[in-house]
Amino acid sequence: MNKTWWKILGSVLVIYTAIAGLLLGVPHLPILNETIRNLYFHVPMWFAMIVLFSISVFYSVKSLSTKSEIDDIKAVESVNAGIIFGILGLITGAIWAKFTWGQFWSFDPKQNFAAISILLYFAYLILRNAIDEEQKRAKISAIYNIFAFPMMVVLLFVLPRLKDSLHPGNGGNPGFNSYDLDSRMRMVFYPACLGWILIGYWVYTIRFRIRTIENKQQHN
Amino acid sequence: MQLFAQNNGVEMADSLRSNGKIYVVVICIVIILVGLLAYLFSIDKRLKKIEKENQISK
Repeated sequence: MNKTWWKILGSVLVIYTAIAGLLLGVPHLPILNETIRNLYFHVPMWFAMIVLFSISVFYSVKSLSTKSEIDDIKAVESVNAGIIFGILGLITGAIWAKFTWGQFWSFDPKQNFAAISILLYFAYLILRNAIDEEQKRAKISAIYNIFAFPMMVVLLFVLPRLKDSLHPGNGGNPGFNSYDLDSRMRMVFYPACLGWILIGYWVYTIRFRIRTIENKQQHN
Repeated sequence: MQLFAQNNGVEMADSLRSNGKIYVVVICIVIILVGLLAYLFSIDKRLKKIEKENQISK
C-alpha cells in the first residue's frame, strides 16, 4: 500500500465531495433545509473511524498470534487515527444537532453512545500507557481491543435502534436511505465515504511509519 | 412525489445559488482542502526520504 494512486484518489474524492456536496441538488425537506448536506461530511467521519478501528482490531488479533511488535504498533496507530475522526464526528454532529434538534447535546442515545465508544478507545490508549513492559502491554491491550470493538459496534448500531433516538434509522425513525437519500445524494455520499476512509487510512499509515522509525532509533 | 418538488415552501439557499455567491464558499473550501492535502503529500514525501536514509544507515 506504499503506492500513491489511492492517496490521489482519496484526495480527488474528498475535493469532489466539497464541490458536488455544496452545489448539486438535494431534497427539500423541512427542518433540515440545506443542512441535509452535512450528511456528506458528518457521516463519512464515522465511517472512517469504524474502518480504522476495524483495522486496529484485526492487527490486535494478529499480534496475539504473531507476537510481533509491528502488528501491535499498527493496532495502536490506527486507534490514534480513528479517534481523530470520531472526535470530528462528535463535533460536527453536535453543530448539526444545534440547528436541527435545537441543542448541541440533547442526550440522544446515539450521541451518548458515540461519546462512550470514543471513551472506550481513550481507555485503550490510557491502558497502554499504564503498562511499561512491552510484551505484556501488547497482549493486554490487544485483548482489551478485542472486547472494545464489538462494544463499539453494539453501542453505535444496536442499542440506539432500541431506544427513541433523533437520529435517522433509530427508534422507529426511518433511515436516511428510506426516503430522502435519493440518487442525487448517493452520487456524493458514497464517494465521500470512500474518500474520507482513504484519507483516514493515509493518516494512519503516516503515523505508523513515523512510529516505526522512532522505534528503530530507540532500539539502536 | 410532492416531497421532492422544487417549490414546496421549504426554505433552501436557492437565491444564494442563483446569485452565484455560493461559488465563493466552494472555492474557499476547495482551496483549504487542496492546501491540507498538498501538505499531507509533502509530509508523506519527507517521511519517505527519512525512511530511505534510515534504511541506508542500518
